[in-house]
Amino acid sequence: MKRSKFLLSVLLVACLVMAVGMPAYAAKVIKIGVIGPMKFVQGKGHWNGAIMAQEEINARGGLWVGKKKLKVELVKADSNEFLSMTDATNAMELAITRHKVDFLVGGFRTEAVLAMQDIAMDYKKIFIGCGAAHPELCIRVAKDYKRYKYFFRGTPFNSRYLVKVCFIHMGTVGAILKKALNIPKVKVAIVAEKAVWVDPMIAAAKGFIPKMGMEVAGVWRPSPVATDVTAELSAIQRAGAHMIFTTFSSSVGIPFARQAGELKIPAAQVGINVEAQKDGFWEATEGKGNYVMTMNTYARGVERNELEKRFVEAYIKRFGEMPTYTADTYAAIIYGLAPTIEEAGSLDADKIVAILENREYAVPSGIVGYMKDAQGRHLHDLKFGPRYLTSLGTQWQDGKLVAVWPYRWKPSKEAPEITYKGIVPYKIAPWIIEEHKK
Amino acid sequence: MIADIVISGLINGSVYALLAIGFSLIFGAARIVNLAHTAFYMVASYCIYFATHKMGVHPVLAMLVAIVLVTLIGLVCYQLFINPIREHEAAVLIATIAVAMAMQEIMLLIFTGDYLSVPALVMGYLRIIGVKIAYQQLLTFGVALLILAGVWAVLMKTRLGLAVRSTAQDREVANLMGMNESRVAMITMAISVGLAAFAGAVVVPLKVVDPHMWMHPLIMMMAVVVLGGLGSLKGSFVGSYILGLAESLVVFLIPMGAFLKGSVALSIMIAVLLIRPEGLFGIAFEEER
Repeated sequence: MKRSKFLLSVLLVACLVMAVGMPAYAAKVIKIGVIGPMKFVQGKGHWNGAIMAQEEINARGGLWVGKKKLKVELVKADSNEFLSMTDATNAMELAITRHKVDFLVGGFRTEAVLAMQDIAMDYKKIFIGCGAAHPELCIRVAKDYKRYKYFFRGTPFNSRYLVKVCFIHMGTVGAILKKALNIPKVKVAIVAEKAVWVDPMIAAAKGFIPKMGMEVAGVWRPSPVATDVTAELSAIQRAGAHMIFTTFSSSVGIPFARQAGELKIPAAQVGINVEAQKDGFWEATEGKGNYVMTMNTYARGVERNELEKRFVEAYIKRFGEMPTYTADTYAAIIYGLAPTIEEAGSLDADKIVAILENREYAVPSGIVGYMKDAQGRHLHDLKFGPRYLTSLGTQWQDGKLVAVWPYRWKPSKEAPEITYKGIVPYKIAPWIIEEHKK
Repeated sequence: MIADIVISGLINGSVYALLAIGFSLIFGAARIVNLAHTAFYMVASYCIYFATHKMGVHPVLAMLVAIVLVTLIGLVCYQLFINPIREHEAAVLIATIAVAMAMQEIMLLIFTGDYLSVPALVMGYLRIIGVKIAYQQLLTFGVALLILAGVWAVLMKTRLGLAVRSTAQDREVANLMGMNESRVAMITMAISVGLAAFAGAVVVPLKVVDPHMWMHPLIMMMAVVVLGGLGSLKGSFVGSYILGLAESLVVFLIPMGAFLKGSVALSIMIAVLLIRPEGLFGIAFEEER
């Protein structure tokens, strides 16, 4: 009797240990945490992209992990990172400790992602960043590989390349303005929201604009949440700017575009305006955002590869709007994580890192390859270039967001011209022509 | 550049004035610090957005509906959350901020955090001394002046105004003289919230509509009323333009520090308070006691 009681106790304890301490790879599902500001467009993009990936994977029965086929389950983690850093870190902690996620995708604000990254690394969870652009996120990987190797950049490419693309856009539009309006030297106003990711871009812009044969008309740094920028716009016009280099990821992109359009400020807006990447921009600016140009990831009608059209059309059909770059959680899961898990045959983070960091794979916006630094150390940062990812330049033209770059782009003197399928020519706003042709 | 600074300052100041007048009125008359004042402005903005974009209502009609609706919401909030604790000023502060947060969360749930906008009542712009000003901004400037004149006329030329001024001076004596002090406070609250909604209606085409749009104006409005003197309408009006001009000065003189314009305005408020604690047109605390 005593013996049977002892055996029963052992059995119960064993069951308890198995239930609590069961390793993730023995689970029935693969849990992917999708972390982002869920009440905002950026978070919605994260979630929508992930949902599409989950549905696609589960429709084919799941992923092969060794000999088992496991379905994907998503865990929504609202980081609320626009308003509270604490909420962001709590959401990350909760996703890992309570919901026991195996992988994480998402994040948007660099300030928040840096903090969330540390938590994910503490628990050795693979975290694919789909929103923050600061190089530091990946420099950490090279500096302390053992700790940060579980972080990969999913989108966008780092701010150094963002600025490079912006300069190419600036050079392209500058040349168009110069030729069309007969301006001897194009003056550029730099308008950048006050945020960490923008700081290196401003320094680079101030140094590079003169090298492109243009002149810096001044630098303005409104608050990311400013709702009235008419004073800044007056000052920009007084400075005689022909072009405005914008770097906005927050709401200020809307009043800036709207008020500039309302006051017909005679300067072409080029650069990054995340709000202008969204379908809702036209309505949000009451149509005053016409001719605003912004760097972008997707645009209707563009086909860089066979995956792009399929993804964009499916996204629009499913959610009724264009995907923004945070919806690249889709690519991170379906083309990044999924094949790597199947190749590793395991959910073991170290095994997956070893495979993923050496892979090159197609995604709807190009080819993903991971960089190494000058010393050959893994950065897990995205490669930029015509063979990899270039992004797009999009412009609002009479209510439609169309792609205008790369249009006859020559990455180097010897390289052939690049024009993606579906790209249309850039248009100068009529009031700019009117003002400068006088 | 001077013309730019002055004109931009006047336009910015008008927006603050529109908000500060209502806030100052309810504080002056009923000693209620209504921190939900700008939240009512936010709700009015959403009402106008919903009516114009989702129901296709004309913007002017949408404005009128929003003003009436928000005033009613304000009165309900007053009866439920403020009136029962009116005697405890600290409790009123906490209750009103809680009401504001609740309204923010409700809007966030209904409309999400997407940035929205409403159409301008008047399109286009004109140039004054080479400075471009949108007609909507001019309208805001004109309306701010009209509202101040209207509020002044109500306070000085009507029996209601007399009652409001009396209760503001001494509630007990006003009661003894047969005035229903509680009713006067409620009417003042309705006017104050109505003004917030009206400010929302006029200003919102210049702004972005989002659930957090009430926070920055609240800080600026508090700065304005403290700078001008708590409860002084004239002070609020003058304070609004001082801070509006200060913000413009920052943008034009320190473009790299344009994001600091709010902080600079608040620093001016602190500086004025250090020199004159009662604000520019306020009653000295000693005298008040």
